[in-house]
Amino acid sequence: MRVVIAKPGLDGHDRGAKVIARALRDGGHDVIYTGLRKTPSDIVRIVNDEDAEVLGLSTLSGAHDSLIPKICDGLREEELGDVIVFAGGIIPDRDLELLYKSGVRAVFGPGTPTSEVLGFLDEARQRKKENVPIGVGDDLGWHWN
Amino acid sequence: MSEIDKLLELAKSGDRRSLSRLMTEIADSEKTPKFHSESIWTLGVTGPPGSGKSTLIGRLAKQWVDMGESVAILALDPTSPISGGSFLADRIRMEGSDLGDKVFVRSIASGNTPGGISPRIWPMCHALSLCGWSRIVVETVGTGQSEFRIAALADRLLLVDGPDRGDIIQAEKAGILELADVIAVNKSDLPGASLSAQSIRTSLNLSDDDSREVILVSALEGEGVEKLISAIESCETQSGRNEMIMREVLISEWDSLLVSHPEIDEIIRKLCDSSITIDEAIKLLRTSIPNGR
Repeated sequence: MRVVIAKPGLDGHDRGAKVIARALRDGGHDVIYTGLRKTPSDIVRIVNDEDAEVLGLSTLSGAHDSLIPKICDGLREEELGDVIVFAGGIIPDRDLELLYKSGVRAVFGPGTPTSEVLGFLDEARQRKKENVPIGVGDDLGWHWN
Repeated sequence: MSEIDKLLELAKSGDRRSLSRLMTEIADSEKTPKFHSESIWTLGVTGPPGSGKSTLIGRLAKQWVDMGESVAILALDPTSPISGGSFLADRIRMEGSDLGDKVFVRSIASGNTPGGISPRIWPMCHALSLCGWSRIVVETVGTGQSEFRIAALADRLLLVDGPDRGDIIQAEKAGILELADVIAVNKSDLPGASLSAQSIRTSLNLSDDDSREVILVSALEGEGVEKLISAIESCETQSGRNEMIMREVLISEWDSLLVSHPEIDEIIRKLCDSSITIDEAIKLLRTSIPNGR
């Protein structure tokens, strides 16, 4: 799949994002990495221009609760509702529900084996093929974890 | 009206979502679509890994946007031969890639298209031109003959080298130095750059009528970028270039026909167990090239 890995906001650490990018490449995916400090509208434009099927958002700064819903809204506004969104980084349990409600389909915290992320993408691909809701603009409900 | 034509019409009207989908369709479609734009303007950029091509393209894009142009960039990166995946990170280096509506960047993995990406790049460029993009840049990493060659199909070719490596020799080996219209030595902020530029000038001077400039630039600090832009804008297409381009187009289409041949795997297998010879394999392929392309 074509996957954009993005770093929204001001946080300047991208080791986690790079580990995921590498693992996905080794899993046979085409991974486009945005680099640091992208705004929500930058990210929406990159997802559009790259015609990505999946967007992975990595955030460690604590701003996930404001940035990630903004990005998900932006995707829906730009007719990118079929894009599958997942998140990773430092995200407390109490915020998971908010992210799922925004359209995020999986959240991976520290210590997640990379094989699990690949497993999620396999499942996502399968659901997409069978037209089961999985995109950020589809009916919410199902999420990976 | 086919899906591709529909997308083209929507993209022409300025719909960016359709433009992006159009690029994917061109790359993935079974047949190579034919588009033609009279006013196409393309620049190929190639050079050794780490010479600063992406950073420099970001600078050029910024400058062009200031001049009122719109810039589309196709950045090619290799596909991993082991996993079939790719890590496309050229856009990180392109500061100018976040300039909004006036810059379009598409990262392309070179190995995903049946028959190779090369025959698809030019329809993409023509489609971009039809949609009004006035400066179209194709970036390839110069790690092998075929990567160099993709960039060489553009109307004009910029070759980028770094200060410390003499890697331009590789370009010379691949025959790319003769094709370059403009040569830039990047990282002029580092020691060794002017020496490197000098050695390239010397090698160009070996032929009498070579007046091509070697321009020192710093993509990081912006030094020399204006001079580079004006060299690119004013460079004249070398005589005989069109023939060279058509030759490359023909060869890449032919290669693509070959590697997408339905029996190629079978023929390779037979070659491996020595049940046929190379000559027989070629004969088999030649008599059964599929129709309908």
